[in-house]
Amino acid sequence: MSTVPAFKPATDDIVLSARNVVKTYGNTRALKGVAFDVHRGTVTALFGENGAGKSTLMKILSGVESPTSGTIELDGHVVSFHSPTEARDRGISIIHQELSLAPNLSVSDNIFMGRELQTPTGVNFAEQERQTRALMADLEADDIEPGTLVEDLRLGQQQLVEIARALSVNSRILIMDEPTSALSATEVEVLFKVIRELTARGVSIVYISHHLEEALLVTDHAVVLRDGTITATAEAKDIDLNWIVRHMVGENFDLGSPPDEHGFGEVALSVRDVSVSDPANPSTLLVDHLSLDVRRGEIVCIYGLMGAGRTELLEAIAGRVPMETGQVLLEGNDVSRLSIAERIANGLALVPEDRQRDGLVQTMSVGRNLSLSSIAAFSKFGWLSGAREQSLVDRLIRNVRVKTAGDDAPIGSLSGGNQQKVVIGKMLMTNPKVILLDEPSRGIDVGAKAEVFKLLAQGARSGLAVVYSTSEVGECLSIAHRIVVMHRGRISAQFESDATVTKEMIMAASGEAVLS
Amino acid sequence: MIDAKPKSAGSGISSGGFDIGRLLLEGRAFFALILIIIVFSFLSPNYFTPSNLLVMSSHVALFAILSIGMLLVILNGGIDLSVGSTLGLCGVVAGALMQGVTLPTLGATLYPKVWVAAVLVCVLGALIGAVNGVLIARLKVPAFVATLGVMYMVRGIALLMTNGLTYNNLGGNPELGNTGFDWLGFNTILGIPIGVIVMAVIAVIGILTLRRSAFGRWVYASGGNERAAELSGVPVKAVKVSVYVISGLCAAVVGLVLSSQLTSAGPTAGTTYELTAIAAVVIGGAALTGGRGTIRGTLLGAFVIGFLSDGLVIIGISSYWQTVFTGAVIVLAVLLNAVQYRRRVKPAADSTGGPSPLPKRGDAVTADAVREK
Repeated sequence: MSTVPAFKPATDDIVLSARNVVKTYGNTRALKGVAFDVHRGTVTALFGENGAGKSTLMKILSGVESPTSGTIELDGHVVSFHSPTEARDRGISIIHQELSLAPNLSVSDNIFMGRELQTPTGVNFAEQERQTRALMADLEADDIEPGTLVEDLRLGQQQLVEIARALSVNSRILIMDEPTSALSATEVEVLFKVIRELTARGVSIVYISHHLEEALLVTDHAVVLRDGTITATAEAKDIDLNWIVRHMVGENFDLGSPPDEHGFGEVALSVRDVSVSDPANPSTLLVDHLSLDVRRGEIVCIYGLMGAGRTELLEAIAGRVPMETGQVLLEGNDVSRLSIAERIANGLALVPEDRQRDGLVQTMSVGRNLSLSSIAAFSKFGWLSGAREQSLVDRLIRNVRVKTAGDDAPIGSLSGGNQQKVVIGKMLMTNPKVILLDEPSRGIDVGAKAEVFKLLAQGARSGLAVVYSTSEVGECLSIAHRIVVMHRGRISAQFESDATVTKEMIMAASGEAVLS
Repeated sequence: MIDAKPKSAGSGISSGGFDIGRLLLEGRAFFALILIIIVFSFLSPNYFTPSNLLVMSSHVALFAILSIGMLLVILNGGIDLSVGSTLGLCGVVAGALMQGVTLPTLGATLYPKVWVAAVLVCVLGALIGAVNGVLIARLKVPAFVATLGVMYMVRGIALLMTNGLTYNNLGGNPELGNTGFDWLGFNTILGIPIGVIVMAVIAVIGILTLRRSAFGRWVYASGGNERAAELSGVPVKAVKVSVYVISGLCAAVVGLVLSSQLTSAGPTAGTTYELTAIAAVVIGGAALTGGRGTIRGTLLGAFVIGFLSDGLVIIGISSYWQTVFTGAVIVLAVLLNAVQYRRRVKPAADSTGGPSPLPKRGDAVTADAVREK
């Protein structure tokens, strides 16, 4: 990706600022006196681990919450918002990480939700459609038809719709919470182009992201939040990745390196000639006669863009979606006909991509979520042993380092990173032989990411076969022994992880960058 | 990393702090019941007498058993509108068996023993439940629609079988060895009606199952998030079919007890009972979306409805007012349910009953994470 210097307009005045904002929830002080400025026509990136207070600060700026004390100033005037609609009417819009679209409605219905174009005879659907088309063209997403139902779009496309919606209300200040987490490199370029156009027009952007390197490419200012206070601010041109991480976590660190290779054992997972068809379009293959072997103790990283077929491949191996062709062998045994539960019992576990939808039971506590897949380990003839469950859960919480008020805390009280650790911990508790992880680091902070990778490396050292999929090139070059690149349902390249592999090579194989 | 584990009474919120509001909210069914008993004892001298309490309890027992089956279905995220019809058909079939089954091919009439008839009837209830379960779990028919359809079909079968008439002769004949049907409805053990004892037994089994068995955990998990449960290895389809089978079984038991109490088995028995069962579950605090609820709450809900209705009868208020009151109680219960669950979703800040508040723990983790590297 090329680095385009950000355009900074001559006037650098402050359009929105938080002064000594404190936010308390019961016993917890989420924000401890934050001073935060947004300069007109610039991009300000806000970095911080999960639990640092970024979401809280953004909720206050966008009107979802009110500060316990302290003030917000808009154009120099003190304001207080009682609802996000009020904030939006004053020109502040927020695009959430967890998308807020109605899946059963079309793209244009979602974009015009709440502000439909009314005429005396009803809603002017044609005009809405026309405007939607224009908006999507602006984002270079012409392939998204205004009439398509949002639930039929891929996650990345849904995000583009969310962005289009915010843009359509002509906001002066746009807060973007993890906007690129499900976008391909090409889509990210488009987004950055749009961001630059917006800033040139005078729109100010607050950009929250865990993709640190990427954020540095687009932002003018950087602000780091840690434990409810701002620990550092700087101009983007003066800093680098290490600076950000240092202020976020307090120390330099890396995502780790591949554990020792000498421990590779037998082939644990053998994927042979597997194909998965598109449910919406049965003649298209999302996974196209793919074969892959993973040995015990080996860590394989599957890299690919959205649409490459990574999720479908992992779900087929786990037993969630049916295979058109092929077999899956676990330690030599054919598991292709087994149910999900049977595969887990045999030692094949999947950590899904969408933890809210597929990974966690929101009505249960942390402990019960953790133990859900391993009930057999603490039950006899179907009766549970409370004591054994408790000790297993406690041990797991310690090993996986879940930050929680207690094993009986509601799962919703945990930060995104800790929730992800719960999902991973739940599958690790089943003592699998092979663990599959679909985008395990999506939407979690650097610290949690490092811990997750450490867990996987640890597991590999004790003989676990690890397969994880990612769309962040940097993650491929961390702990993986082997990098498999998928493109349109096939393996387009494989690399043994050594010094000769570069990001460019990986990205070229996935079809998103051109090797010069 | 956690430095301390605040222990709580099971349901997921730490019980730290003495918050009157929350106490009242969580115990609302219980306090409502106390209130009802106090008010009606005041309004009528006959209300709080042992004999009346037992009579009311035996009325409640019928709905309570039905509600327990309904609770399982609702916990799993479904609904069962067919239980009223099922209990009616089961009563009718019991009556038919007591009249004797004539087999033309053998030229003989069988008079099954009472316990055989009871078992066969329970199997029938379970089968109807299985039909519901398969429709919903395998054929993906929405629960509301499937059980509504089954409700009509089963009621229709009961009417067809009896031509609209009732079986009145359930007493049996000593010479044929099939007496004893009235035992369920009329006998008492230590002064407690059998119906109430059956309710207690079923409740205890239910509580043990939900709290201490793998199946119970599966019910809660698939009710809370079926996709996540399935990916976690829970056999969601089997669980779904099972809860409907259990519900059908409960309906069969109630059908037996009711026809025994009335000494008649009619095809219209149990009409609208399913709605009362659902009401009891809701009043007891369960969420209709699934994943939340307890047997204790459901029992309290059944008692609230039962004691309220019977109380209104005792003080002579028209039965039409009963319907108004019961409806109002249901709406109020749902509103309070919503308040309770909204409070729960707030971040851990509210519920840290343990000695270390969150910020300190947060620091500890970050420091640890750094030290480890």
